[in-house]
Amino acid sequence: MTRLWQAALLLFALVAIYLLPGTLKNYGVYIVTLWSVYVIAGMGLNLTVGYAGQISLGQAAFWGIGAYTTAIALKAGLPFFAALPLSAALCFGVGLLLGFPALRVQHHYLAFATLGFNVLVFLAFRNEDWLTGGTFGINNIPRPILFGWRLRAPLDFFHLTWIATVVMGALMALLLRSPWGRAFAALRDNPIRAESVGIDTTFYTLLAFAIGAAYAGVAGAFFAPLVGFIEPAPFAVTTSLSMLLMVIAGGSGRLFGPAIGAIVVVLLPEWLRFAAEWYLAIFGVLIVVMMVWLPGGLLSIPDRLRAARVLK
Amino acid sequence: MTALLNVRDMRKDYGAIRAVDGVSFSVDAGEILGVIGPNGSGKTTLFNAILGQVTPSAGAVTFEGQSVTGIKPLHLARLGIGRTFQTLQVFGQLSVRDNLIAAGQEFGGSTWRRLFAAPDAGLGARADDMIALFRIGHVAHLPAGSLSYGQQKLVDIAMAFMSRPRLVLLDEPCAGVNPALIDQLTDLLRQVNQQTGATFIVIEHNMDFVMNLCARVICMAQGRILAEGAPASVQANPAVLEAYLGS
Amino acid sequence: MIDFLQLIVSGTATGACYALAALGFTLLWQASGTINFALGEMVMLPAFIMLFFIGPAGLPLPLAFAATLLVSLLVLGLGFKRLVVDPMLKHGVIPLVIATLGLSIAMKQGVRIAFSAQVFTFPAIFSQELLSIGGARLSVSDLGTVIVAGGLVVALQTFLNRTLTGRAMQAVAQNRDAATVLGINVQRMVLYAFLINAALAATTALLVTPVYLAKFDMGDTLGLKAFYAAIIGGFNQSRGALLGGVLVGVLENLVGAYLSPGYKDGVALVLFLAVILFKPEGLLGKPEERKV
Repeated sequence: MTRLWQAALLLFALVAIYLLPGTLKNYGVYIVTLWSVYVIAGMGLNLTVGYAGQISLGQAAFWGIGAYTTAIALKAGLPFFAALPLSAALCFGVGLLLGFPALRVQHHYLAFATLGFNVLVFLAFRNEDWLTGGTFGINNIPRPILFGWRLRAPLDFFHLTWIATVVMGALMALLLRSPWGRAFAALRDNPIRAESVGIDTTFYTLLAFAIGAAYAGVAGAFFAPLVGFIEPAPFAVTTSLSMLLMVIAGGSGRLFGPAIGAIVVVLLPEWLRFAAEWYLAIFGVLIVVMMVWLPGGLLSIPDRLRAARVLK
Repeated sequence: MTALLNVRDMRKDYGAIRAVDGVSFSVDAGEILGVIGPNGSGKTTLFNAILGQVTPSAGAVTFEGQSVTGIKPLHLARLGIGRTFQTLQVFGQLSVRDNLIAAGQEFGGSTWRRLFAAPDAGLGARADDMIALFRIGHVAHLPAGSLSYGQQKLVDIAMAFMSRPRLVLLDEPCAGVNPALIDQLTDLLRQVNQQTGATFIVIEHNMDFVMNLCARVICMAQGRILAEGAPASVQANPAVLEAYLGS
Repeated sequence: MIDFLQLIVSGTATGACYALAALGFTLLWQASGTINFALGEMVMLPAFIMLFFIGPAGLPLPLAFAATLLVSLLVLGLGFKRLVVDPMLKHGVIPLVIATLGLSIAMKQGVRIAFSAQVFTFPAIFSQELLSIGGARLSVSDLGTVIVAGGLVVALQTFLNRTLTGRAMQAVAQNRDAATVLGINVQRMVLYAFLINAALAATTALLVTPVYLAKFDMGDTLGLKAFYAAIIGGFNQSRGALLGGVLVGVLENLVGAYLSPGYKDGVALVLFLAVILFKPEGLLGKPEERKV
């Protein structure tokens, strides 16, 4: 396939996703918007995990920090387009801090350090009533106003979210194409060699976390007005695990991995609803089966087929 | 003229084991120095201590008259000291060309500027030259991790030259490489040395390679320098012979 | 002061249970590099299997435990190794992490479907009396838990250090290649680690469930605490798991009573973060050098 064809196909897909929810009922639009929000958070995590090779089980904490920041700011009367960068910046800063353990420890230790961070943030959401409303959460979060028009209709809000997702995706693609993207990959593939050719692994490790966290912050900023009511539960460790699953299931270190992975995490459970109470159990088994058979994620299928053909 | 690199009384202990025991030597700019010695004689530990991979227990290293003792590998690299590793150390999932660019992109210019630089960081041409020089054009766009051992070794060495370092430490460049490629490697290294004036220190077991390439050789045994001088004279030294046979 | 003593004893009892689960976790990690995120569910499942043997099958508790132990060894030991871990080890740490996560979801939801989301009581294994020692009222079940768990840890230590098989297992944990050269059957030693982990999980279920009751998501907290206990104490040291578990259990009780019940669950985390920042190898662990 030539580049031109690829670009045309991509453009077609982006526009189709923009138009498609117009045919859906409100709940369907909500699910697709949620998918879009997950894609933003997943792209950030994909940078941290898939490109820079730093395992993180704390993405939902940043998602939560972004959501709470935006909710509190909107309730205080700030416009959405001021709350959004605020959420991103705050998450960037906290993400930078979370990068420090990663300089000391790797692999399983890092997994638990980030997981622990997530639990701490969750406890803070639950216990700091004065700021977060505790278990009662924050309700009546207003939808953004765009050119004097409040995006109350689910479809309008979806369009805004989807445009933001495409913009964030384009920024990510540019970042990954830049020398920074190469430095992240070098850090993932071989940190010791990276140091010996002058790549500052400390700098790139911290930034991998910070940028990944900022993406989650943006996702959170869209999540709060989407649901209109936030409480601690969606930001628990389980969500971080879903987000990691999303990155791996789609294909870690692949630009479109999170978009595919978010289908698995957000839409698949909806599709499995016919199985009623069995659906989560089936979901769990599917994950195990998929990791055994396809550890490279869904987007590794074409490579696998090609390799199989070469072997024949 | 002062020496490019000066190592004085280098010592490295691992618990009760003294891996490097008071080694001193210096290298002049443009020189190719060989380091030989039986396995376990402390060659690689000496490299790692010079290169900041491990902290030396005692001793001093100066590079271009500046003290660099115990400095981290990152900063040594930025000062102009490159290295290759005994085991394969490439960026496995990146293409060969990206490996080379990655090895050169962090030199010069600010990190922040690099975010907005061209994707190849302005190093595409230099990487292509290096690919031509090392004759790895046919695999330039494959992931480095998928290449054969010998090819990866070439990539590894080419990476060390991307930043145009003034000193390169090569740890067993010939290990696991087929004989035809070794001759090619000798020519290549000599060519780079003559073109850029870069200085090499080479750890190697392959005597033909050392004889062909190096003007001066150090032989190590049990953490100390046993003999030093022209390749032929070191090879003829009875103590050296005994060190190899005795181990 | 008397309250304080009671808090310490009951904290030690909780901590001993964390330690048992943590011990299995460290063993698996040492033997095969498996990070088992389904750890908590591996305690939850035997609890429900035991309930099944006691209830519908009508077995007395000791027999029910024996039967559960057997099922655990087969399913959580052998089955887990053969079907999940073995095919995936070559793909590195992260896919295995995800797979064990999937496993934990599947186990949790499977139990929820089979037994409903209700809370089930579990027959006590110790008497419910309180002993009065010097004015402090200590529960027999706490003391019993400490004694059984402590005894198991000591027995496991002795097995690992004093018997030929135990030493072979340690050799495999330290250096697989060297162990192979020495003629040790590496795969068998790894299997032993999985079996011991399964047995420890079943025993933990027996000790924990009477106090915390059986519920399909009972493994969530337990699993997390056990991870932290393992890392706080030292990943590559079995003694470390015991220290980490007890430390977490006791401090949680103290923080809950004297500082803030809301942050009781944060204790393990703060300890854990402090440990990885200042002593990443754990309180009793040996540092692992970064390989060049």
